Amino acid sequence: MADATALLEPQIPALRRYAYALLRDHDLADDLVQDTLERALARWTQRRDDGDLRAWLFTIQRNLYVSGGRQRRRRGPAIGLDEALLPGTAPKQEAALEVHDVLAALEQLPEEQKSLLLLVGVEDFSYDDAARILDLPIGTVMSRLSRARQRLRSIVETGKTTFLRRVK
Amino acid sequence: MTGDPAAIVEDDLQAYVDGRLTGERLAAVEAHLAQHPDLRERLAIEQRQRAQLRGQLEAKFAEPIPARLRIANIRAARRHRWLRGFGIAAAGLLLFAAGAGAGWFIGHRSPDIAAAPATSAVAQNAAVAYRTYVVEVAHPVEVDAQHQAHLLQWLSRRLGKPLVAPDLAPFGYRLMGGRLLPAGSGAAAQLMYDDASGKRLTVYVRAAEGSETAFRFQHEGEASTFAWIDQGFGFAVTGMLPREELLPIAEAVYHGFAGDADTTRKN
Repeated sequence: MADATALLEPQIPALRRYAYALLRDHDLADDLVQDTLERALARWTQRRDDGDLRAWLFTIQRNLYVSGGRQRRRRGPAIGLDEALLPGTAPKQEAALEVHDVLAALEQLPEEQKSLLLLVGVEDFSYDDAARILDLPIGTVMSRLSRARQRLRSIVETGKTTFLRRVK
Repeated sequence: MTGDPAAIVEDDLQAYVDGRLTGERLAAVEAHLAQHPDLRERLAIEQRQRAQLRGQLEAKFAEPIPARLRIANIRAARRHRWLRGFGIAAAGLLLFAAGAGAGWFIGHRSPDIAAAPATSAVAQNAAVAYRTYVVEVAHPVEVDAQHQAHLLQWLSRRLGKPLVAPDLAPFGYRLMGGRLLPAGSGAAAQLMYDDASGKRLTVYVRAAEGSETAFRFQHEGEASTFAWIDQGFGFAVTGMLPREELLPIAEAVYHGFAGDADTTRKN
């Protein structure tokens, strides 16, 4: 247990980044990270010594996020895409600005694809590690990654993200 | 990549976007893209979006870790909940056991809080206050260090003792502020300090029976406390530090208060 502090603290910035990307709320994100760290400390002795600590922590955090029903709490109900696509709701000027807001576009994706893009594209996990964290076969990870990027592209291209900014 | 080893498959393209291809495979994909501008354009967009996402999250990664996520503070909070669940009597017993385990208590003594010497009680009060407020994010102190003069005047009046804020800068700690706490029939003051890494320690003062005692060390979990009594007041310094690191800080605090009270006690 003595080494837990020294081993865990360096992982906190990345856990906060992943949590924030999932929740888009600073306080809720830190709540999630706190829960993750508490669970990690409670299970510290059960951790496999040869296992990758970072992957283990991300697995805990992702499972807490998925099982905790944390999505969109405090953020009000989601509005359907059809409303977002109503003509005249997205001034062209704003749409142009939004092209770079990939983080906002990410919100349109299902959790699994969102997590996959973050784990692989931002956190630099190997495909094998991402498969383990998400509890998916490696082949599925590759096909979902491809699909996630395809969807993200189309969301950004059609400017649906404009709508996201407007409801916040 | 089954079948024709030379064929470019979607997995290769994803690995290309992630910059994870090397050598021949990378060369093969690049050659393929040179002949398929549409595909090249698609992958360029995906690479750009990948980079944009990273860029948007960079600032979050660079933020300093908030105090409530510091492992030491999370551990302190966990222990606090655990002890609270146990009840105060059990907590007293545990404190006693920890002291006995550390070889600090000598001889036979009842593990009863009421019977514990005054210094022990001060140490325990200080440790409880420490656990409660050191994990506090929004309101770690009631009055912050920007209003130091007001803080010390106020706490001094309520305690009936002129208080100073000992200078712990030589140890890398700066005053965050302080608060007033209930302590038996009177009041207690807690001053909180933190260092550059967000590690916190507290100085606790309240009225206590006795003229003077030696330093008493108590260790509970990772929180260590040095407590002593001087001129009718109990003092305690609590932090998540090993004994040898906390001792010089406690000595500095002792001299800070003793100097102010114009006492001539020798340690």
